[in-house]
Formats: sequence, C-alpha cells, structure tokens
Amino acid sequence: MLFYSFFKTQVGQQVTVELKNDLAIQGTLESVDQFLNFKLKDITVVDEERYPHMMSVKNCFIRGSVVRYVQLSPPTVDTALLQDAARREAQSTQQQQQQHQQQVSKSTTAASS
Amino acid sequence: MSQLQTYVDHKVSVIMNDGRLVVGMLRGLDQTTNIIMQGCQERIFSEDEGVEVVDLGLYMIRGDNIAVIGLVDEEADNALDLDSLHGEPLSPIKH
Repeated sequence: MLFYSFFKTQVGQQVTVELKNDLAIQGTLESVDQFLNFKLKDITVVDEERYPHMMSVKNCFIRGSVVRYVQLSPPTVDTALLQDAARREAQSTQQQQQQHQQQVSKSTTAASS
Repeated sequence: MSQLQTYVDHKVSVIMNDGRLVVGMLRGLDQTTNIIMQGCQERIFSEDEGVEVVDLGLYMIRGDNIAVIGLVDEEADNALDLDSLHGEPLSPIKH
C-alpha cells in the first residue's frame, strides 16, 4: 500500500511511464488505483515517429501489470521520507507476521494439551 | 475499475499484450479490466505501407491481455490519414 500512497502524492505531476513493450508514454498523472493502474492526461508518446499508434489519444489508462518504469521529476520526491516510510512499513509487516506466528503456535499447543 | 467508467460509450484505442491495436466503442468493463468493445477495427501498422484496417465486430477482451486503453479524440482521429501513416508494429509485452 506504500507505493499506492506514494503515487497518489504524484497526482498532477508530469510523469513518463515506460511499458514492458518498450513504449514510453509521457503525460500528467490523473489518478492511480490499488493495482497501480495509471490514468494519464495530455499524453505524448516518446519517439512518436516510430510509434504513431496513439496520435489521436490525449487521455489514457495504463494497466499496472504492463508498467516497467515510472520516471518522475526529482524535485517532487522526498527520497529520505520515502526511505523512512518503506522501513516503517517493512517493520510493521514483520511485527504482524511475528504476532501471527505466536498466535498459531499458541493455538496448536492448546489443541495438543 | 471505477476510474475507467468515464471511458464507457466512448471510442477507445486498446493496445493488447501481443502488440495489436484495436479501436472501437467501449461498452462495458469490470474490476479486472475485462472489457467489451463494439464495432472493433484492428489497425495494423507497418513501416513501408499505410495502416491496414480490419473489421472485427464485437469483442470481449480479457483484462490480462490489455496494456493500454486510450480515449480517442474523434476529431483528431478523423483527421488522421491512415493510408499514409507509417509506423513500426509494437512489440509484444515481455514480463
């Protein structure tokens, strides 16, 4: 969920999304959902000479599963904050797993006695 | 996908995972991006000839096979001269 929240902070920014078929689409990030599907507006295809397929398209929806990279503009990203948030998320998932394991072992000892 | 609901009953251009491009009217969709398109036409791009258009009709495309759904600006689309438009075929998606 961290990257979903992160990308939500990028809404309105200019981004370039590179797909797993090497097509790169530049545009303004309009919205993002839990699958990291993106909606872009005012798009242009990088290297339009080579790929004129999207010439009549201004707004598009990109399926999260086909995204290879998202290029962002550096000033819009607080990397220190992102790193810290990633660390905290990793910690809380670890804690959750430990709690879950403790509960499982408790219930198995209760069942065997 | 509620964010795609705004594209329903509009002309869309869909890039599929095998690199094909299909243009048609978006009629319905669900949360896994399965879509139903009416009056589909495939546009086949090649480097040395103009765009070849093939009529397909009504299509249901499984979400797994969809890369991009573009909302077609009909004015810009009508202004396109497909016969003289050249472009490389898109490569298939490689995961």
